[in-house]
Amino acid sequence: MSKTSHMRKGEESFSPKGLRREQDANDALPCDSVLASLSSLGATEHDRRTFLKMAGVPCLTACVSSCVAGWPSLALGAGSAPAEDSRFIVEAQFYEKLPYKKTRCKLCPRECVIDDQERGYCGVRENRGGSYYTLVHSRVCAAHIDPIEKKPLFHFCPGTLAFSVATAGCNVNCKFCQNWDISQSRPEQVRNTYLPPKELAGLAQQNRCPAIAYTYSEPVVFYEYMRDAAEAGHALGIKSVVVSGGFIQQDPLKKLCQGVDAIKVDLKAFSEKYYKEVVNGELKPVLEALVTMRKLGMWTELVYLVVPTLNDSDAEFRALAQWVKANLGAEVPLHFSRFYPQYLLKNLPPTPLETLERAKAIADAEGLHYVYLGNTPGNAAENTYCPKCRRIVIERIGFTVKEMHLRKGKCEYCQQAIAGVWQ
Amino acid sequence: MRQRLEPNRREFLKKCAAGAMLAGGTHRLPAFFSTREKTKVVYARDPLLRGTGSSLDSGRLLKMLDRAVQALYATDSPLEAWKKVAQPGEVVGLKVNGLAGRGISTSVLLVEVVCARLQDAGIPQKDIIIWDRLNADLERAGFRVATRQDHMRCFGNDTLGYEEELAIYGSVGSCLSKTLTQVCDAVINLPVLKDHGIAGVTMALKNMFGAIHNPNKYHLNIGDPYVADVNMLPPIRQKVRLHICDATTAQYEGGPSYMPQWTWPYNGLLMSRDPVALDYTGWQILEQKRAEKGMKSLRAIGRAPDYIATAADANHRLGTNDPGQIEQVEV
Ligand code: SF4
Repeated sequence: MSKTSHMRKGEESFSPKGLRREQDANDALPCDSVLASLSSLGATEHDRRTFLKMAGVPCLTACVSSCVAGWPSLALGAGSAPAEDSRFIVEAQFYEKLPYKKTRCKLCPRECVIDDQERGYCGVRENRGGSYYTLVHSRVCAAHIDPIEKKPLFHFCPGTLAFSVATAGCNVNCKFCQNWDISQSRPEQVRNTYLPPKELAGLAQQNRCPAIAYTYSEPVVFYEYMRDAAEAGHALGIKSVVVSGGFIQQDPLKKLCQGVDAIKVDLKAFSEKYYKEVVNGELKPVLEALVTMRKLGMWTELVYLVVPTLNDSDAEFRALAQWVKANLGAEVPLHFSRFYPQYLLKNLPPTPLETLERAKAIADAEGLHYVYLGNTPGNAAENTYCPKCRRIVIERIGFTVKEMHLRKGKCEYCQQAIAGVWQ
Repeated sequence: MRQRLEPNRREFLKKCAAGAMLAGGTHRLPAFFSTREKTKVVYARDPLLRGTGSSLDSGRLLKMLDRAVQALYATDSPLEAWKKVAQPGEVVGLKVNGLAGRGISTSVLLVEVVCARLQDAGIPQKDIIIWDRLNADLERAGFRVATRQDHMRCFGNDTLGYEEELAIYGSVGSCLSKTLTQVCDAVINLPVLKDHGIAGVTMALKNMFGAIHNPNKYHLNIGDPYVADVNMLPPIRQKVRLHICDATTAQYEGGPSYMPQWTWPYNGLLMSRDPVALDYTGWQILEQKRAEKGMKSLRAIGRAPDYIATAADANHRLGTNDPGQIEQVEV
């Protein structure tokens, strides 16, 4: 199919379906899709022009909190959805060619060695005749307008919106994944729309989102699209923020840091055992990536999902906090987030509030300045406190900023500098 | 409905037996569930399968298939044996392996002779579905995609898609192919005898990765225990009735892609109702060839397919990998 041809039905039909995800979980797919109004019009299919028109409707930003329909819906079994569309297929930026038409991917530490016609672990990169390709450039399966606090980024342009996108695929397989229906699927198994970088940036601008967020699944696996979109965004004055597991090799990370403005990393535990057994990944490269991000001056926040019995010991919280302070700095925000049972971890209860409070107390005691609790709406630990005078400088209710007492990045009361990117 | 199955054999056997009854009540549990009987793996070979040329002789292939199925089911005629595989009224899926294109995929001719025998046994064309992961894989292997319901059908999972809910066993959580769950009553598994660069070998057990939506997630640790766990998912365990491994051409290195320099004309079939015994047997054939060629064993190069042993363990009991329990029948 040529690049200018119309989209195929299977790639662009968005049928509203029931939402199965927790509404209050950080950066789970929300029910406020930018395409929600299509559902309310009863549309189940639309072409790209309609998509752009609808997404560009100004009132959409105002409707952001309205719960209309769950999009995207998992389209496993999406009828005749085509697997092949040349618009989405772009040669990968980090790989090496091996004998016998094999390739070795150099994007994430997994370094998949792939035979001809086969895909890597993430399911979105394919060897074709000895060259390696991403299959998800501009192939968006989720698009929503979210408060930046939902990423969560609490010290990055608070109170603003992020035009948030994802493609299928992920380079790990966390047993607690709340978006498994897109992260653990191949691109042809979910419904997609073609959203090239310039149009994505344009949509963010039309919807008054000062940032594009790459989120929901794992942006490392749609690396080429993310970088191109970040560049297109910057050309329009739109920032880019990345929500990632941080499981990426050093070279691609360094290039990425040149083009984006903030990275939130899900540090899933502080033990290799957990990474091996629950995440299907490795901790060490994630820690190395974090150190590199900070060295390069990237604004970084951390989320630690506290899973009962698996990563919730005092010793692990303490080791984590000590490592963060020593290697990243006390001013890096750390969000302890509440777990809800889902996907392959349904046999555990939600994290008790006391566990989260214990984690925060330990991290506070170790000297971290900004320790938050997530997925606990209304908790005082959602606010930002000045590390010097201890007064509230940003008051939040859920993902909404209620009051700000910051002036030029400083506490309004005592002039203490508050680390972050404030505009 | 989410399917979660704990590795409890008694529960499983109950469900499996119930499933078999629902499917017509004629299907006994495979022999490997018995502690007394040995499990049969039939080798059928014909040195003249290709005559003097390179292409397969359909007549000889059919005869070889007949000898194998008769030996496996201990019947006096192939027809009697095929009637034990599937009953009229059942929809039979033939799960082929077309990933590597024509060089080292399930041969179209083998599928044709199996279809011929199924029809002889009273299964109408419209109740036969040749099936694999993707339409593109089938086409690369030489099949023609066909979806008309009044004819023999041939399509990939991309035609009907996958269940939305996860089927879970052990370390695996996958959405199963609707072709398997909603269309087929019985499945004949038609893998290829070949090497696999990540999983060690790929035959009967590994071919079922073509029934799940996320096979790329389960190649870690040389496929162990993932390959075994996938085969525990109830629709796979209950519906797959026979494994016919296409060993007309086999490949001992460089798989799963076709690498002609490492293939040889084995001119045979391996047939069993026990996928573990079949895979164990096939693995030994590949090892023997590797040794003949002066290559190191898969164990020595760090990719022994230990998922075969896992499939035989107390949590899986998908068959046996104990050579003392495998009766090898050469025909
Ligand atoms: S990005 Fe994907 S293909 Fe590349 S190494 Fe990671 S999992 Fe493998």
